[in-house]
Amino acid sequence: MTIALPRTRRSASEQQDRLKSVLIMILRIVLCFVFGLPLVFLIVASFKPDTQIFADLGSWAAFLPVGELSLDNYIGVFERVPFAQFMMNSVLISVATVALGIVVNSMAAFALSRVQFRGQKLILGIVLATLIVPFETLALPLLWWCNQLPYFGIDGFSQGWLDTYEVQIIPFIANAFSIYLFYQYFDSIPKELDDAATVDGAGWFRIYRSIVMPLAGPAVATVAILTFLPAWNSYLWPLMVVQSEELRPAMVGIDYFKQLSVSWGQLMAYASMITVPILVLFIAFQRAFINSIASSGVKG
Amino acid sequence: MPSDPVRGVRTIDASEELVKSGLIKKLATVGLAAALALTAAACSKGGTTPGTQAAGGPVELSMWTHNAGNKGELGAIESIVTEFNASQTKYQVKVQAFPQDSYNQSVVAAAAAKKLPCILDIDQPNVANWAWAGYLAPMEGMDDVLSKYLPSTVAKWNGKTYAYGYYDVSLAMVTRKSILKKYDIREPSIDQPWTGDEFMAALEKVKASGDFDYPADFATGWTGEWWPYGYSPQLQSFGADLINRSDYKSAEGVLNSDKAVAWATWFQKLAKDKLIPKKSSADPALDFVNGKSAFLWNGSWTAISTREKFGDDVLFAPPPDFGNGPKVGGGSWTWGISTNCGDAAGAAEYMKFAAADKYVAKVAKDTNNIPTTDAAAAQVPGFEPGGANDIFRQFSKKYTTMRPETPGYPFIATEFAKVSQDILAGADPKSALDQAVKNIDANQAANNYFQ
Repeated sequence: MTIALPRTRRSASEQQDRLKSVLIMILRIVLCFVFGLPLVFLIVASFKPDTQIFADLGSWAAFLPVGELSLDNYIGVFERVPFAQFMMNSVLISVATVALGIVVNSMAAFALSRVQFRGQKLILGIVLATLIVPFETLALPLLWWCNQLPYFGIDGFSQGWLDTYEVQIIPFIANAFSIYLFYQYFDSIPKELDDAATVDGAGWFRIYRSIVMPLAGPAVATVAILTFLPAWNSYLWPLMVVQSEELRPAMVGIDYFKQLSVSWGQLMAYASMITVPILVLFIAFQRAFINSIASSGVKG
Repeated sequence: MPSDPVRGVRTIDASEELVKSGLIKKLATVGLAAALALTAAACSKGGTTPGTQAAGGPVELSMWTHNAGNKGELGAIESIVTEFNASQTKYQVKVQAFPQDSYNQSVVAAAAAKKLPCILDIDQPNVANWAWAGYLAPMEGMDDVLSKYLPSTVAKWNGKTYAYGYYDVSLAMVTRKSILKKYDIREPSIDQPWTGDEFMAALEKVKASGDFDYPADFATGWTGEWWPYGYSPQLQSFGADLINRSDYKSAEGVLNSDKAVAWATWFQKLAKDKLIPKKSSADPALDFVNGKSAFLWNGSWTAISTREKFGDDVLFAPPPDFGNGPKVGGGSWTWGISTNCGDAAGAAEYMKFAAADKYVAKVAKDTNNIPTTDAAAAQVPGFEPGGANDIFRQFSKKYTTMRPETPGYPFIATEFAKVSQDILAGADPKSALDQAVKNIDANQAANNYFQ
């Protein structure tokens, strides 16, 4: 049954809806500007000489490609830092941390979620408790540990991980938040699937690999994003543990431009070069990422 | 198939989309490749103890410098190292460059792990603290050579020399002769600097014209060591100081004296009366070059960019005299030997080799900084007596007051920066300074006065 609204009431309600849409649109545009303008400034400034960057500050010219534009800053970046090396290091460190993190954390979460053993909840509680400890407070003890630990490589045994790739990756593979995300997601997968697989002769690893993980796509994607970003943006830790230039990640390279007189244009160019590829990657996969984050229950 | 219960339409599940896009497989493949590459790369790298000798070969002496990204100074240091390595067969110095902005963090972390190199450069005000902390070994047998250096470039603590530097920098009040002429302001000289009153009158005159965003820019947007380096000389020119230098134990009656309060009141007034920006932009020298300010409280490092824009019109005026004489800070980057060095004799040999005038001249020339010796100054165009940059050397010789050479300095510097920022933001000068003194004295006592 439909109820016919009086014409005036309907048009008033339509008008209200339209007004609401317009206001929402305006709000979105404003938000777009708020979040987008710094990025626009970064890219535009990367083509300007230092004096012009500062002369344009305080006016809209700062966001517009006007004045003396050139690729000089980009050329300067390549002269000042080993850019390809830094990028390769960052990609290697981030991808390895993500890939190994997915395997290790999902296995830990699987054990906590599916395998019954004494002290399961206690272990989960301890894992979650580590979330409240900020990295800065752990940095020095972690440095000490990393300096004491043995390592077996092609060259044989060595002590101390400092100034290596592994010290930038291994401490960040196990991650309490990732374990929690996987745990939460695995808990929502019906346990009857495990029972059915067990009847068919599957062991725990088979259930993990063939039943649970293929259903955990959203959790995998969420963990991948949430692990990749801090690994890519890592700054303090590499400063502390890496001395060789050939092992430094891209984020530390920003400091190369901060001498007594800062090369602002080159700094902007470098920041653009290390930010834009990640941004493009996220834009390309944004739908999958948003869906995965929405369905894995991570908000905000 | 999952469906949206609200809209009643089928939606593509994220996992389906991921499977469809092959993201998981791609991730796994790339991850595996990265992990393999990691294994290969990680295995090829091994740490070395500084000052160790490969079988039959020369002893390798590791050297750290803050100059990554700074082609001029890094190139000069590398050329000295190349000459040293070629001059003998016993030692090989290997340079490792770090970015300046994060250099101290890297050194402190390495010290915590006992992985300091043999030779390292140190920002002069940190030398006493690092010597006290056991990072640095005293240098011996160099007194004759270092007696020719500017005192501000030789870092001492407890009667021992721990580091020397090739150059110093100097603060200056940068302005333009044409501005002084236009506003009928006297051109100051080393013998007759502006008095505090003269300087304030000049700022008021320029402010009244409305020709500039601000009459002066004191680089208040900078952070960290700039605050004690840039503003404690003004505090000292008022007759106060950061700590009582008779025993370096307390700041009581010095940093909160009447003269210190007078400095704080003056400093606050500058911002309150809009004579300087409360927070400058990130690059005040560029703002000066762009004509946004008439006076710039900065240093010798601005000489190139300001001369490029204004030529001979630019004037590097001495700091104003607020009653106790014009003052500038002293000390820049210096070189020392770590206690972690496996071959201290080799490191000392390098330090002696590298202290020659020709190397001082080389580094000073490539960095456009003040050469530490007279002989080197004569070799660096611009810094020779009467040269365009000689003025900075004269400022350095005549006006330098060293930042307190005590292990407590890093804490004092942080407290001074904090209290100066509070004062600029409007805090009551006397109570803010009292609090700073209380904090400094508590830190001194907690560390047993760094005995």
